[in-house]
Amino acid sequence: MTKTTVPSSGPVPGAMLRLEALTVRYGGRPVVDAVDLAVDAGETVCVLGPSGSGKSTLLRAVAGLAAPDGGRVLLGGRDQEGIPPHRRGVGLMFQDHQLFPQHDVAANVGFGLRVRGTGREERGERVARLLDMVGLVGAERRAVTALSGGEQQRVALARALAPGPRLLMLDEPLGQLDRGLRERLVVELRSLFRRLGTTVLAVTHDQGEAFALADRVVVMRDGRVEQTGSPVDVWSRPVSEFVARFLGFSNVVPATLTGTTAQCAWGAVEVAEDAPDGPVGLLVRPGGVRLSEPLAGHDAPASGEHTAQPGGAADTTAGRDALPGLGCVVKGRTFRGDHVVLHLDPERGPDLEATCSLRAAPAEGAVVRVRFDPEETVLLPPTG
Amino acid sequence: MTDTAPVPGPPPPTGPAPATRTRTGPRRFVAPALMVGPVVFFAVFFGYPVTAIVARGLRPDGEWELGHVGEVLADEGIRQVLWFTTWQAAASTALTLLLALPGAYVLARFRFPGKRLLRAVVTVPFVLPTVVVGAAFLGLIGRGGLLDDLWGLRLDTTVWAILLAHVFFNYAVVVRTVGGLWSQLDPRQEEAARLLGAGAFGAWRRVTLPALLPALAAAALMVFLFTFTSFGVVQILGGPGYATLEVEIYRQTAQLLDLPTAAVLTLLQFAAVAAMLGVHGWTVHRRESALRLVDAAATDRPPRGAGERLLLGGVLLSVAALVLLPLGVLIERSLRVPDGYGFAHYRALATTDTGTFVVPPLEAVGNSLRIAAVATLIALLVGGLAAAALTRGAGRLVRGFDAMLMLPLGTSAVTVGFGFLIALDTPPLDLRSSWLLVPLAQALVGVPFVIRVMLPVLRAVDDRLRQAAATLGASPLRAWWEVDLPLVRRALVLAAGFAFAVSLGEFGATVFIARPDEPTLPVAIARLLGRAGEANYGQAMALSTVLMLVCAATLLALERIRPARSGEF
Repeated sequence: MTKTTVPSSGPVPGAMLRLEALTVRYGGRPVVDAVDLAVDAGETVCVLGPSGSGKSTLLRAVAGLAAPDGGRVLLGGRDQEGIPPHRRGVGLMFQDHQLFPQHDVAANVGFGLRVRGTGREERGERVARLLDMVGLVGAERRAVTALSGGEQQRVALARALAPGPRLLMLDEPLGQLDRGLRERLVVELRSLFRRLGTTVLAVTHDQGEAFALADRVVVMRDGRVEQTGSPVDVWSRPVSEFVARFLGFSNVVPATLTGTTAQCAWGAVEVAEDAPDGPVGLLVRPGGVRLSEPLAGHDAPASGEHTAQPGGAADTTAGRDALPGLGCVVKGRTFRGDHVVLHLDPERGPDLEATCSLRAAPAEGAVVRVRFDPEETVLLPPTG
Repeated sequence: MTDTAPVPGPPPPTGPAPATRTRTGPRRFVAPALMVGPVVFFAVFFGYPVTAIVARGLRPDGEWELGHVGEVLADEGIRQVLWFTTWQAAASTALTLLLALPGAYVLARFRFPGKRLLRAVVTVPFVLPTVVVGAAFLGLIGRGGLLDDLWGLRLDTTVWAILLAHVFFNYAVVVRTVGGLWSQLDPRQEEAARLLGAGAFGAWRRVTLPALLPALAAAALMVFLFTFTSFGVVQILGGPGYATLEVEIYRQTAQLLDLPTAAVLTLLQFAAVAAMLGVHGWTVHRRESALRLVDAAATDRPPRGAGERLLLGGVLLSVAALVLLPLGVLIERSLRVPDGYGFAHYRALATTDTGTFVVPPLEAVGNSLRIAAVATLIALLVGGLAAAALTRGAGRLVRGFDAMLMLPLGTSAVTVGFGFLIALDTPPLDLRSSWLLVPLAQALVGVPFVIRVMLPVLRAVDDRLRQAAATLGASPLRAWWEVDLPLVRRALVLAAGFAFAVSLGEFGATVFIARPDEPTLPVAIARLLGRAGEANYGQAMALSTVLMLVCAATLLALERIRPARSGEF
């Protein structure tokens, strides 16, 4: 298990954007630290990281708003050093939009065309088309200050798209919107970028947003790239405890691997992975924490997917002390729409999270026994 | 910070010039480049003339005579002048703030009929020549003045006359500088503070006051500078007992022809002003706060409740007593003829009968407007460039530049005017016979106003808006044109108004350099006042009234010009 600091997905001479050991320092501290990254034409790459991980600075360096202290930014194969922002041909959608308050919607969207000297008529047409595309037909004459957050977002997007940038960058594109709107917009954005063939580099701290939007996800930590891969890759195989925890996985413990058995605070856990013996980090996805048996007297739903494990039936018949698995008290339950997240306090080891279906969820305070599904475990590098 | 990074792989093929490969890139050179114009302007039209006249005083025969400095400084009389200059300026500033801040609040936050008129009215005194103000106050509180007639009350030759006249003068500085920003602060900020548990005053103190502080400090500094260098008011109202440095410099230069002493005093005033600017820079500390400015039209509302109406009434009353009364007396005097009231003095202005002028005094109106217009253009250009540079740059160089631009405000106009005469008379800078000389001198006084008005607003423009423009393809110049300019258009109009007004009223320097056949209004008024006789006095009052009306008309017109899209500002 090695940390994949893949410089880029192979040799891509046609990469639209290419960062080579890009470094930006603020006050001597590297905010972006030797980052290598390539974005192919038509690809959507999402940089994911907690606030302060340097992702916004990365965008600013590409846009030419922050000067690199080392490394190179190449756009379409050309080094951008010394090229001012307005000649880079990249679009940037700011986190808080930064619409021009003194201009109306049409003047905002048409700004990039106007400064390029596009004629009034053509400009009007393209603005109308863009507004149509972002779902704001006929909003040309409206004041941007009178728009709702979602509408401002759409105007900002249309404005960034208008000059036809070779690379569109989005800084927390949906950060300030409420959830329903965000989920709808993310789908719209993705299909829009597909349709237009836009090359997109987005940064966000929201994994849901990143996974929904991106062809490829880049997880950043303290200015460095921690992991790169497709959303499915990153989600199913986080390469470090940091990435795992950042993705919301909390069932991570240090363990010692012998063969396919990891010895950890929760006891011996079977893993599906093959790895050299020795110290490792162990992640168990919440879905892999299987509930066996609530206390007698509680309804034990035999139909529940989580209890329908081989051995589950046997467990119920045996005495409690003799039961295999880890005994846990249900500390709390969080409803997540179609499933429930259980917060468990095990008899040994740190707290656990488990998911189960709504109907199968045991009550708070109930005592359950859990087992770990080897297929839902991930081995991580040992934690320092 | 390294210029070039140790990049593995092939070096960039066509690298740009090394100069652009620095950390901050070309932006680093923007501020210095913008500063070039203003610096040259100030070097030629301020530094050079002032240096020339000071050198003439200290090096009369090509030899430095620095011993004189000690003599002057040891002089008990000079020390008294220095002390009086300082404390009356402090007292005037405090009194002006005390009386004008309620006015600034009322004009910023309340909507009431005649508001625009009120704003113009309080600005009129500021642009009146000091001699006229002196005369107006004499007519009010001097011997045979209105108060003397009514209650036998005389305040001339007391320090109160000086302080009141200074408040009269500078009321507008506070109202315009502080109130202008105040009216664009979002009232909801204060409302938010109220909801968080702050009292009305507490909310103001914690939310509004900090936002206003830079403007407040700027206003206080301006008032202090003006009153520190006060000339006409002190000379006319103070009598022989009171003299500021400026009055003393004038006396030494024009009356005693003691250029060495005048030179020492000029340097002394310089040092004092520089110290003030230093203190100012230290206290304000140039925090670049990106204020959320909103449209001024959206922040005012009719006064609510007895307290607010009382406040409005109090402000109106104080403006009536402080501003309208002296102006009213001025008008009354202009209409008073030996046998009652009439327009005889005004009619006389259109003729050359009195023999004081080679042209009818009324022509001075045209001269003044033309010269002030040119001076305004110069001031806007120089001041606008300087403000743009100050917005972009930081650091010692820029702060020094900022202070330098304020110096003309603190420099004796007499020194500048006389310096123009003796310095700009040899080729290639032989401007003595050029009509440009007067506008140039007046622009010098206008530039600091332009900068002071523009700077807070320019600084409040969010830099990310410029960055957004840049990523959309706008060059820095274009971004300035598209982003900054529309946002500061209102401030620009305001700055133009200020520059125009101070140019119209400028006297101390203009009197030295205006051509006899092209007098400006203040010069013509002073010439009339200098002549004995009721008729000349009446005509001076009449011409002052004309100047006042011209100023009022200009200011009212400026009040009407609002940016087309101000609703979105």
